[in-house]
Amino acid sequence: MGNYVINHLKELESEAIFVIREISAQFENPVLLFSGGKDSILLTHLAKKAFYPAKIPFPLIHIDTGHNFPETIAFRDALVKKLGVQLIVGSVQESIDKGRSKEETGADASRNALQIISLLDTLEEHKVDAAIGGARRDEEKARAKERFFSHRDEFGQWDPKNQRPELWNLFNGRKNYGEHFRVFPISNWTELDVWEYIKLENIDLPSLYFSHNRDCVVRDGVILANSEFIKLKPNEEVINMTIRYRTCGDMPITGAVESNADDLTKVIEEIATTRTTERGGRADDKRAETAMEDRKKQGYF
Amino acid sequence: MEYQNIELLRFTTAGSVDDGKSTLIGRLLYDSKSIFQDQLEAVEESSKNKGFDYLDLSLFTDGLKSEREQGITIDVAYRYFATPKRKFIVADTPGHIQYTRNMVTGASTANLAVILIDARKGMLEQTHRHSFIASLLRIPHAIVCVNKMDLVNYSENVYDTIVSDFKAFASKLDINDIQFIPISALAGDNVVNKSENMDWYKGSTMMYHLETVHISSDHNHVDCRFPVQSVIRPHTLDNQDFRGFAGRIEGGIFKSGDKIKTLPSGFVSTIKTIELNGDKIKEAFAPMSVIMTLEDEIDTSRGDMIVRENNLPQINQDIEVLVAWMAYKPLQARTKVVIKHTTIECIGMVKELKYKIDVNSLHRIESIDKIEMNDIGRISIRTSKPLFYDAYKKNRQTGSLIIIDEQTNETIGAGMII
Repeated sequence: MGNYVINHLKELESEAIFVIREISAQFENPVLLFSGGKDSILLTHLAKKAFYPAKIPFPLIHIDTGHNFPETIAFRDALVKKLGVQLIVGSVQESIDKGRSKEETGADASRNALQIISLLDTLEEHKVDAAIGGARRDEEKARAKERFFSHRDEFGQWDPKNQRPELWNLFNGRKNYGEHFRVFPISNWTELDVWEYIKLENIDLPSLYFSHNRDCVVRDGVILANSEFIKLKPNEEVINMTIRYRTCGDMPITGAVESNADDLTKVIEEIATTRTTERGGRADDKRAETAMEDRKKQGYF
Repeated sequence: MEYQNIELLRFTTAGSVDDGKSTLIGRLLYDSKSIFQDQLEAVEESSKNKGFDYLDLSLFTDGLKSEREQGITIDVAYRYFATPKRKFIVADTPGHIQYTRNMVTGASTANLAVILIDARKGMLEQTHRHSFIASLLRIPHAIVCVNKMDLVNYSENVYDTIVSDFKAFASKLDINDIQFIPISALAGDNVVNKSENMDWYKGSTMMYHLETVHISSDHNHVDCRFPVQSVIRPHTLDNQDFRGFAGRIEGGIFKSGDKIKTLPSGFVSTIKTIELNGDKIKEAFAPMSVIMTLEDEIDTSRGDMIVRENNLPQINQDIEVLVAWMAYKPLQARTKVVIKHTTIECIGMVKELKYKIDVNSLHRIESIDKIEMNDIGRISIRTSKPLFYDAYKKNRQTGSLIIIDEQTNETIGAGMII
């Protein structure tokens, strides 16, 4: 590389920081959607860098499905305290209790789709006009078509066929009353970029991402953590396995991989040679070929 | 693998319907081993269900439900792959005329354009349009892929004719670096692996070219431009007096100690520090996002620009723009619009429509009363406050603007300042 060239991780970092600063300049009530997964942890880290020495000038929102890994919640609370930012928690249990949403039944029941209602309710309650998310275009085919600044109508819905063109680095965040934006500063990062950057910047992650022993159930080829949220089917048994997670969603739907990678270097080696996508283990994406596209149109992130 | 020290190349693919864009990208992903097992299985399954004899590589890129139903790409899809030499971001843009706005979108951030031509059909109107847009948007490099060579018996004559046709057309354009490669995306010739069917072709493969094309001078490192995005004032006990200007460098090389001028105020000061996350940066250049602090207390805010004292941009409220129109509603003179340029947002009045450009002949069509969707035209705009800009050909960031509809808030035009 020549003298006045930055490497691709620095270029992605610079792009993300630029986008995050645009959000804070263009919107009145932005929030950062914090899932507790590595992408939202990365996003929080980038937001910190964007404004340092000032604090992150917007709150984090976490939609708590009640089915989270305990490690995720502990990590979230410690991070919020360290950064001195405000945390808003939207609760799926509360939405169910209020009769806003209805729990799915059956052995494969999941609260994944219910998040949409709690998320939209929380955004409305706090008059949020821009929700910053850690979605990446390489994750899933519907996400490959997302803009950085993604417009949502007054019902929180996405219209993939009628998106605003996004030119150069000129982001159009103008909207009518009641509408909001989803903004994705790390759109252009791949899974490997995220891990390389986490290593480069020495970013702390929950222990779930590294190899550990856990009681698991193998269902339709997906390794799920055994927990109070999962109902065993008649032919299933609990096995203690050495696993780690590549993504972190709810306990009953996030698939693990068998792995001995117990540090960042080993995780990166594993990802560089792996042959399946990270969402390959997500039961929520397997419901239909267009599962993500359908959920996104309704307001999923 | 030295993965942390590779460059990023952004490229866009353009072509007509059915000339195999999606198949080509599928091929690049497949042959560079960027396709995962579960994606491959899903595509194998779909190909079989459709009754195809071969793997439908285009399925790797066609995402939306309606696209797969119609078998065409509607929206810009972004794809990612990396080799040990580079990381690539591909903007796969639609060929249909009604989606030209998406092509312009993909082209606006690209270092390189891949222009596909079907060997059986040669140059088409779409090829003219796409090449013209690549030139208009000043994509610094282009690769012209003559595709489907397998369907013309890998004929050198067919290839030569298309190359000379393209060169004749391109002589009227402004693309400095054009490479021609005969390929078959479906069969894999000259995409990642060298073809065994075309001994007469002595050049490199497409992948080799993507990995080695020189992109470090694609940014302007001469004219210092720092549009201020926001002012950082921590208001904390440790940093009571800190006042930094956040933004991204859009041109030139800034160093601490440099004499600068802020626009529009015209105040002069010296750079105290350039930093990010508290770390001091010795030299900052495009496209780095940084925070700048100055030696003097100067009233500067979003929309202002920090430049070198002896190298000023143009400062003007009357600007001449080449516009790619993107809205169903045609543009007419005397229209009030919102303009977004660097970190400035202001009102603009479209004063005059000067001419449209016929993309086939590149001739000017004068005395027009409107500019319609997918037209390229020259207009003059009066802005409600001065813009600090450079000609687009000098700097793609400080020379570009978008036009927004005041009522609907939609982005309706892409402008390149002359």
